[in-house]
Amino acid sequence: MRIVVAVKYVPDINADRRFVDCRVDRDPGVGTLNELDENALEAALRILDALPEDERAASEVVALTVAPADGDVALRKSFQMGVDRAVRVTDDALAGSDYFGTAAALAAGVRRLEADGAPVDLVITGMAALDGLGSVVPALVAAELGRPAITLAKKVDVADGTLTVGRETDEASETLTAPLPAVLSVADTANTPRMPNFKLIMAARTKQIEEWSAADLGLDPAAVGAAGARTEAVSATPRPARPEVELVVDKGEGGTALAEYLIRNELV
Amino acid sequence: MSTNDPTRNRTALVLVDPATEVRSSVLELLTIARGLGRVEAVTLEAPTVEVLAQLGAYGVETVHQAEVPTDALAAAGGDGARHLPSVVGATLAAAVRRTDADVVLAPATFGAKEAAALAAHVLGAGLVIDAAAVGEDEAGRVVAGKRVFAGAWDTRCVVTADVAVLTVRANAVVPEPAAAPVATEVDPLPVALPGTAGVVVTSREVKERAPSRPTLEEAAVVVAGGRGTGGDFGPVEKFADAVGAAVGASRDAVFEGWFDRYIGQTGVTIAPRLYVGAGISGAPHHRGGMQASQVIVAVNADPEAPIFEICDFAVVGDLTDVLPQAAAAIRAHRDA
Ligand SMILES: Cc1cc2nc3c(=O)[nH]c(=O)nc-3n(C[C@H](O)[C@H](O)[C@H](O)COP(=O)(O)OP(=O)(O)OC[C@H]3O[C@@H](n4cnc5c(N)ncnc54)[C@H](O)[C@@H]3O)c2cc1C
Ligand SMILES: Nc1ncnc2c1ncn2[C@@H]1O[C@H](COP(=O)(O)O)[C@@H](O)[C@H]1O
Repeated sequence: MRIVVAVKYVPDINADRRFVDCRVDRDPGVGTLNELDENALEAALRILDALPEDERAASEVVALTVAPADGDVALRKSFQMGVDRAVRVTDDALAGSDYFGTAAALAAGVRRLEADGAPVDLVITGMAALDGLGSVVPALVAAELGRPAITLAKKVDVADGTLTVGRETDEASETLTAPLPAVLSVADTANTPRMPNFKLIMAARTKQIEEWSAADLGLDPAAVGAAGARTEAVSATPRPARPEVELVVDKGEGGTALAEYLIRNELV
Repeated sequence: MSTNDPTRNRTALVLVDPATEVRSSVLELLTIARGLGRVEAVTLEAPTVEVLAQLGAYGVETVHQAEVPTDALAAAGGDGARHLPSVVGATLAAAVRRTDADVVLAPATFGAKEAAALAAHVLGAGLVIDAAAVGEDEAGRVVAGKRVFAGAWDTRCVVTADVAVLTVRANAVVPEPAAAPVATEVDPLPVALPGTAGVVVTSREVKERAPSRPTLEEAAVVVAGGRGTGGDFGPVEKFADAVGAAVGASRDAVFEGWFDRYIGQTGVTIAPRLYVGAGISGAPHHRGGMQASQVIVAVNADPEAPIFEICDFAVVGDLTDVLPQAAAAIRAHRDA
């Protein structure tokens, strides 16, 4: 079994997130592994954990990111959780990619891994990147690779070359299957990501991160990055701070005060 | 309008899925689409009589109803497969090709986002996810406004490709019918499914929507309960009913099994006119899904609760005291 987990390097949601020149400020001080990709890593590691020892030994989980060099933070964290290999795709030509450029680069990374070794049975992603909250890259990677995609999985089973997923959408509770190779995104409800143990944390420090350029992946520089993007950010401005909160301490009249506020502001 | 007005020749397609009920998010999309040009609708099934009447009232003359080859649909698991993003995406792309539309608008559900992305992928279109406003620049290019980073930043982006595909979050505009209703015709739209789908729906249980309350993602007023309810959502639901609100929860409350749907970055993203959070601390993950609300109100026993930082009005107190009292006062005001 060979699994690629797509992990994104994003600003920490607890930090002061900002834009610089219409691009997300990737200040390395606040950059981190997209938290939702920990669920993807956990799902991949569990699939391997469930294999018999000899099959596990012949299997691997590869963390793959499209990011500038600072993105190693996300890959180190992936090593801490237990991935076997980590690859970063970095190129000036990729800066300013839209969803399609990112998906094309991720798909090319998967193909390159396959050219160098065994086929990739599964590509697993998080349900969303917490910076842009797009939730579209998994479906686009699948489209680029020409493979089936099942997204937002809550329950994941892999057996006999078939992926079986249970999921809850806004509309329905569903069970879906797809033949491998496939692309899978996992919801935050799928699992609780493991805490790295001391041994893995120590080992992660010295593990090698492989770096590929756009040319290494055969990507046409005109089709990715800002050059290939079909949308262009034209402005990004912080919203004005909300006015100071009107705070009432309940001493028996708190509910009435709440009702009066809503009525006064014609909210009810 | 002048003759060289770029809006005049624009066709905007609106995804109506399911086509078995009128959703306010769809009425919003139709309203936005009418501001851009001629409006046509795309469905995956036959629209009901009520839906057709609403489409007519909102100025839709043509509905393109997907005709998916039955054998392909059967192979994908039958009727339940009709709403798979790959099927919806292929349908949107086919509709754009048939109509030469230059804008596609879809709601901001996870399924619609994926379908929109897949359609944009095959069309070479520009994609905007969760726009809060849609307009155009002097050059006639589609421009979308977005709220990002938990509502803290406003961004605008232009679509530079010929076709723009956008998902639009609910409560972006107030739905407004056309000046005069039109007769609506349903046109069958042959759709070939992408050969790589491979996904089979082996079971599908459609969720019932609470008929007495508005749906969470579309409601103008939302009341949410968290861990502070201690598991009793009674006060939250009764207050919600007094103000005609939808009910939601924090993720923790859902993980406890106290409620079924949560608001937040990984749950439902909402931007109602009024959000009331009770017994919710206001963790960044939760804020990410509600901070774009117009007015934010909280009831929390802890004077240091982080949610107070983003509130317009707040009560420090026990929700089991505050909510029933407030509900009673609002009812008394309404009955007066
Ligand atoms: C990857 C990831 C994604 C997540 N996504 C989401 C998400 O989308 N949405 C989400 O909500 N959470 C999400 N979470 C969880 C989030 O981090 C918080 O844990 C959660 O929002 C806290 O829920 P809460 O406010 O109900 O509980 P708590 O943080 O425990 O807050 C309970 C509050 O109730 C107050 N309280 C207690 N008793 C009373 C009373 N009687 N009356 C009034 N107030 C009272 C307390 O003072 C406290 O402030 C996510 C977490 C992770 C790791
Ligand atoms: N630049 C990237 N590098 C690696 N993985 C990514 C990247 N962007 C998105 N992904 C993956 O796609 C998922 C969904 O991202 P998005 O569609 O941007 O919300 C994330 O959880 C990641 O697993």
